[in-house]
Amino acid sequence: MSIVEILFYGFAALLIVAAMGVITARNPVHCALFLVWAFFNSACIWLLMEAEFLAIVLMLVYVGAVMVLFLFVVMMLDVNIAKLREGFTRYAPLGVLIAALVVVEIGSVVWVKSLGGAAPEATASVAVEGYSNTRALGELLYTKYLYPFELAAVLLLVAIVAAIALTMRHRVGMKAQDIAGQVSVRARDRVRVVKMPAETEQ
Amino acid sequence: MIPLHSVLLLAGLLFALSVAGIFLNRKNVILLLMCIELMLLAVNFNFVAFARQLGDLHGQLFVFFIMTVAAAESAIGLAILVVLFRERRSIDVDELDSMKG
Repeated sequence: MSIVEILFYGFAALLIVAAMGVITARNPVHCALFLVWAFFNSACIWLLMEAEFLAIVLMLVYVGAVMVLFLFVVMMLDVNIAKLREGFTRYAPLGVLIAALVVVEIGSVVWVKSLGGAAPEATASVAVEGYSNTRALGELLYTKYLYPFELAAVLLLVAIVAAIALTMRHRVGMKAQDIAGQVSVRARDRVRVVKMPAETEQ
Repeated sequence: MIPLHSVLLLAGLLFALSVAGIFLNRKNVILLLMCIELMLLAVNFNFVAFARQLGDLHGQLFVFFIMTVAAAESAIGLAILVVLFRERRSIDVDELDSMKG
């Protein structure tokens, strides 16, 4: 067993532990932190599988942005955890049953395929001198997949607009500038010249 | 060299765990969203494993797009969640029955 395989099985075990933590932890904050740990282990495994760019993106985008968003929302919402945990044990047998079924099904498919020798022969590692995973991905992305890439960008823009439009609210009594009113103001609206006789001391 | 079938089994286990998580935490919308993220991660594992096995970068490219969609999905999902909490003071799925679906 090579060092890569040992590392893979170690990270895989930690990943399973982290996933168990996500689904069983009592506190949503702990769930989010377990999910961060799961993403970190996944990034390590992806590095071992020579997907370096995706591993870094997973760390930056998921751990750096999405999970921070999750933690932010978890901490912002003042929810009653105990009430939400009701029925946890009631649904546990069903959940475990479904999970076991999924594992058995996927495992049997993988097992049968590995028996029949239908698994494709592994290609040699592409780790030659000067090879860059990021460069290779970028060359594909900016030539053959340019339109899907731009569609993904538009999708993100739509997501930004949707998220802002959903959460923006107009509170009453909020102090804000009325720019149009400020620009269109005229001097005579502000200053009033009053004609009056001069007052002298008696 | 990591054997393909062990990666596929790992992805299957991860997917099963997230399915179990959806059943266990079916009242808390935040945890449902987290389980969906975990599911997408399990799917991405298959793509990365086959991309490595076949020496084909298209699998990794697909993971890239899945991650884009997942990020957009979680952003909008959390925004909906915040609005929901503001309206109902609760994120219990059982109480979201005003549409009688």
